[in-house]
Amino acid sequence: MKVGLFIPCYIDQFYPQVGIATLSLLEKLGCEVVYPQGQTCCGQPMANSGFEHLTGGCNELFVKNFADFDYIVSPSGSCTLHIKDHLHVHDKEDAATHIRQHIYELSEFLTDVLQVKHLSARFPHKVGIHQSCHGQRGLHLSQMTELVAAPYSKPEQLLQMVEGLELIELTRKDECCGFGGTFCVFEEAVSVKMGKDRIADHEKHGAEYITGNDVSCLMHLEGILKRQQSKVKVLHIAEILNAAF
Amino acid sequence: MEPTTAHKEHAELAADFNKDEARVDWHDETLWWVRQKRDKMAWSLPEWEDLRETASRIKFNVLGNLHDYLLEFEKNAQLNGATVHWAADAKEHNEIVLKLLKEQGVQRMVKSKSMLTEECHLNPFLAEHGIDVIDTDLGERIVQLAKEPPSHIVLPCIHKKKEEIGDLFHIHLGTPAGNADPKFLTAAARLHLRKEFIQSHVAITGVNFAVAETGEMVVCTNEGNADMGAHLADVHIACMGIEKIIPQRKHLGVFLRLLARSATGQPITTYSSHFRKPGAGRQLHIVLVDNGRSRQLGREEFRNSLKCIRCGACMNTCPVYRRSGGHSYHNAVAGPIGAILAPNLDMKENADLPFASTLCGSCSNVCPVKINIHEQLYQWRQVIVQEGYAKTSKKASMAMMNMVLSRPTVFKTAGGVGRWVMRHFPGVVNNGMNPWYKQRDMPEAPKESFADWYKKNKQ
Repeated sequence: MKVGLFIPCYIDQFYPQVGIATLSLLEKLGCEVVYPQGQTCCGQPMANSGFEHLTGGCNELFVKNFADFDYIVSPSGSCTLHIKDHLHVHDKEDAATHIRQHIYELSEFLTDVLQVKHLSARFPHKVGIHQSCHGQRGLHLSQMTELVAAPYSKPEQLLQMVEGLELIELTRKDECCGFGGTFCVFEEAVSVKMGKDRIADHEKHGAEYITGNDVSCLMHLEGILKRQQSKVKVLHIAEILNAAF
Repeated sequence: MEPTTAHKEHAELAADFNKDEARVDWHDETLWWVRQKRDKMAWSLPEWEDLRETASRIKFNVLGNLHDYLLEFEKNAQLNGATVHWAADAKEHNEIVLKLLKEQGVQRMVKSKSMLTEECHLNPFLAEHGIDVIDTDLGERIVQLAKEPPSHIVLPCIHKKKEEIGDLFHIHLGTPAGNADPKFLTAAARLHLRKEFIQSHVAITGVNFAVAETGEMVVCTNEGNADMGAHLADVHIACMGIEKIIPQRKHLGVFLRLLARSATGQPITTYSSHFRKPGAGRQLHIVLVDNGRSRQLGREEFRNSLKCIRCGACMNTCPVYRRSGGHSYHNAVAGPIGAILAPNLDMKENADLPFASTLCGSCSNVCPVKINIHEQLYQWRQVIVQEGYAKTSKKASMAMMNMVLSRPTVFKTAGGVGRWVMRHFPGVVNNGMNPWYKQRDMPEAPKESFADWYKKNKQ
């Protein structure tokens, strides 16, 4: 099984450790992983700002980099969803379709494709999950509280395999953190307020760490936590699933 | 040319609202409480998701055959003895109402809550012509006394605290200063409104559902104010958007079960009143209003927005609405649904609204008629930019982003330079010009990117 590793632009630049943990985890689980060097960004920042017509270059690049893999895996629900919903290239539509149908966010790849039943990871801490909206409501990584339907959670299922890890309950299980792509700068006031409230929910229930499937949301929460000089830290789920603390 | 609007944009109005953080917390908690009541009620019906699907499909049928259902409704309403009027837009709607009021020679009349008349700005129009409108929904009356528009379609004065209402009633209704007891204030409002009901010759109501098969209308209220107005007045004017049609009476059960549960977490509204024919010697007028609805019907990607039954659930669940306040949407219908309806009414004035969202998708999940609200928000953003309503600065930054991101070498170089600058001259990014930095720290810039690490360690 040949896996193409898609590391979104901001993870590449600011959170290389997340990319390293993702790669290491996939290799530990027996995947043959390749990171195509020519990759940049999925194009979502432009598309979500109303400039989808400017994403042609990113789309072509994406197809060029990832057309030849059985699966494409990424440690970001939001970028994965963008590709799944919006990747089109006029003269390479077959390749684009293959990618759209075979791109996975990391945790769903682990639960649904690799069907991982146990992990050799240890992380003896109290952890809260921030369910990023695009992963949760877009990729259906976990059930949504608005729907009258049986609960499930792919990230939770994986975190429960980690030795010593204690998951905390939240009052608002799946409230948005307010990152929202360019929303975080164009609507700064509301964005920060939402982030503060999200953090307060985790702190109130004793979280030592906030984890999630999207570094973007975690980056936003981390920015506020640091400004508040909070002791709570953020870690991407790959870092915990790959942990041997 | 920079597009300019007559009002502040959502981001700025929401930032103003956020200056009082305690108030934002209170607003957020109040609406979240309603969302929780809604959840409880939804979970009490195992068939909830089926009901949503059924409602969505009934409305799909309605929108596909709207022409026929409207004519069927008109015919049956006329057979029942009602007079049917057609209004192409808000102006025509207001003029029809004014003409009817002039015929009756009234200078004052009662109105039950109607978001359509808000959309058409009926009250100020009638005021210009010397006619006083008394809003009779309690929340609506409160905002009317405060000279404000409603901030929520179901809970119009949800942004007001009881103490503020006590002050308003003291000034306008003569209640004792400092009395903010909700029970007392409600009783005072009841006495005040009763006088208006008894004296009114004409009553205006909205319409929740109009049944094509029978030519009847259903109006849902919790206070019975629509009934009080319509039953006591000699002339009842019902104003409705053309999308309020449902085919048959039997379909009502689906919508009545969904509406109140989604809106307030009640199993059903206290009053679901059917109006079919005028009483002896009385008149019933029905005004069918288009006001952009047929235009929206013709836009395939936005057509579903016309399924809306105005329950407000999307507002209660919206994390942005809860922390922005309804007035920040500067439109009769606020929140997520307002943000997809408003650009159809005036794209330039409302170009900011589809951007007032994180696209989290909670709105689409609570919607009782399954409108894909967050997908339409995304689509509106594309249309608004294509139509030229994006700011020059945004256009420039997006073009720059495209240039960098579609060229791997430029991206790599720019990223490296950017991180180097952040490490050595943090002041370049950590300053007042950077909206991220205002209340958040920037992420730490590592020496090497993942691509650098990979090249060094894996190749």
